[in-house]
Amino acid sequence: MSIIEFQQVTKKFGPLTVLDEVDLAIEKGEVVVLIGPSGSGKSTLLRCINGLEMISGGHLLVDGRSVTDGKATLQDIRREAGMVFQQFNLFPQMTAVENVAFGPRHSRGSSRRQARTEALALLAKVGLGDKADHSPAELSGGQQQRVAIARALAVKPEVMLFDEPTSALDPELKQEVLSVMQQLAVEGMTMVVVTHEMGFARQVGTRLIFMEHGKISVDGNPRDIIANPPNDRLKDFLAHVH
Amino acid sequence: MQVDWSIILDFIPQLMTGAKVTIIITLLGLVGGTILGTIAGLMRSYGGVLLNAIAFVYVEIIRGTPIVVQVMFLYFALPVLADIRIDPFLAAVLAIVLNAGAYIAEIVRGAFLSVNKGLSEAGYALGLPTWKVLAYIVGPVAFRRLIPPLGNQYIVSLKDTSLFIVIGVGELTRTGQEIMAANFRAVEIWTAVAVFYLIMTGAMTLALRFIEKRMKIL
Ligand SMILES: Nc1ncnc2c1ncn2[C@@H]1O[C@H](COP(=O)(O)OP(=O)(O)OP(=O)(O)O)[C@@H](O)[C@H]1O
Ligand SMILES: [Mg+2]
Repeated sequence: MSIIEFQQVTKKFGPLTVLDEVDLAIEKGEVVVLIGPSGSGKSTLLRCINGLEMISGGHLLVDGRSVTDGKATLQDIRREAGMVFQQFNLFPQMTAVENVAFGPRHSRGSSRRQARTEALALLAKVGLGDKADHSPAELSGGQQQRVAIARALAVKPEVMLFDEPTSALDPELKQEVLSVMQQLAVEGMTMVVVTHEMGFARQVGTRLIFMEHGKISVDGNPRDIIANPPNDRLKDFLAHVH
Repeated sequence: MQVDWSIILDFIPQLMTGAKVTIIITLLGLVGGTILGTIAGLMRSYGGVLLNAIAFVYVEIIRGTPIVVQVMFLYFALPVLADIRIDPFLAAVLAIVLNAGAYIAEIVRGAFLSVNKGLSEAGYALGLPTWKVLAYIVGPVAFRRLIPPLGNQYIVSLKDTSLFIVIGVGELTRTGQEIMAANFRAVEIWTAVAVFYLIMTGAMTLALRFIEKRMKIL
């Protein structure tokens, strides 16, 4: 069974069709890199997976459960699919370790002590063991994003969804975040990543998807596709992001 | 008549009694108004169509009418309509509850809506139910932004109690007027009354500054 399965998924915002009968199956262990022009529906596709946007038609299953099966199922799905945002979205009133411990405490029902112990271990894993008691405002963008990754991992998801995780970062800070993501991929985490980092796509991605106008127009091996773009629009697109 | 500041001393106990009534009306009114305003503000921001509409109508009625009319309605009209007795003190407290509640509702709504949507999305993405997102994530951030405008409203409400002179409740302004009616010492008495108000609003401002300093605005 696929961990994520889109069956004829349509998403509309009013009259605007943003996802147009998308079919897509993602298997455990895949690192899917999603690219495409602005407005093609990449973020929307990602946000439908964890129900931040509700699909308008078709079926969307995460680990066998439908995103349209009601609140309780959706909350379960969200615990299975962690999300990392472009703008980090750390909780500003909490320290780094509190941010990371928050999900286990309030979504998984862990004890305060256990949540904190695990959060400290995760912070160490993303290289921020010494920043546990800093507030988000005291951290650089790259550090904030690594805390955000630790926060999503703390809930022990099966899949990680990344929406342009390095786009808001200065060039010299992108790499520390990409390294953490690469390490996750090496450990076997299933990942769906919207990004313009073609180096990451080539080296870490196991699958590259090019979206246009709410449809998947190219889907295949990143190295092959990047070496030989199967259509001119993708060729143009790649020329621009490089 | 010569201005003689020393006569104020004779009336300090009486003014203190009036000030005490002012403080009690304000405190009770603001506790109620803050609770009511928080509920109405959350109804405005997160309630469905019906709850939102109810809160909207309440807020607009109160904001669209003078507080003097509101307290007159409570004291004179409500007993006729609902066949209940209501004493001036209770009418005064209720007027502050209803009036401050409407303004606080707008303050609460503004503060909650000003919190970046990304924060609540991050909460939902962790698998939290809506109430936890509001209670643990949006609420604490909104609360810090709430303090300055809430403080202003508290000061306005305190001063509004002076308008309840119209229903004869024995608060500070009414007390001042009673003393004045007996001795015509306008300069001394109204100066003293003004100073009493300044002390009360000053204390509120100081408390506010203290809280603002302790809670960083996020
Ligand atoms: N909440 C919304 N309401 C209305 N329209 C929306 C909403 N969210 C997205 N859209 C529209 O849907 C389309 C796809 O948006 P989406 O954010 O998925 O694109 P994207 O591929 O992620 O683009 P970008 O590269 O700019 O992030 C756009 O036309 C956008 O304006
Ligand atoms: Mg996007």
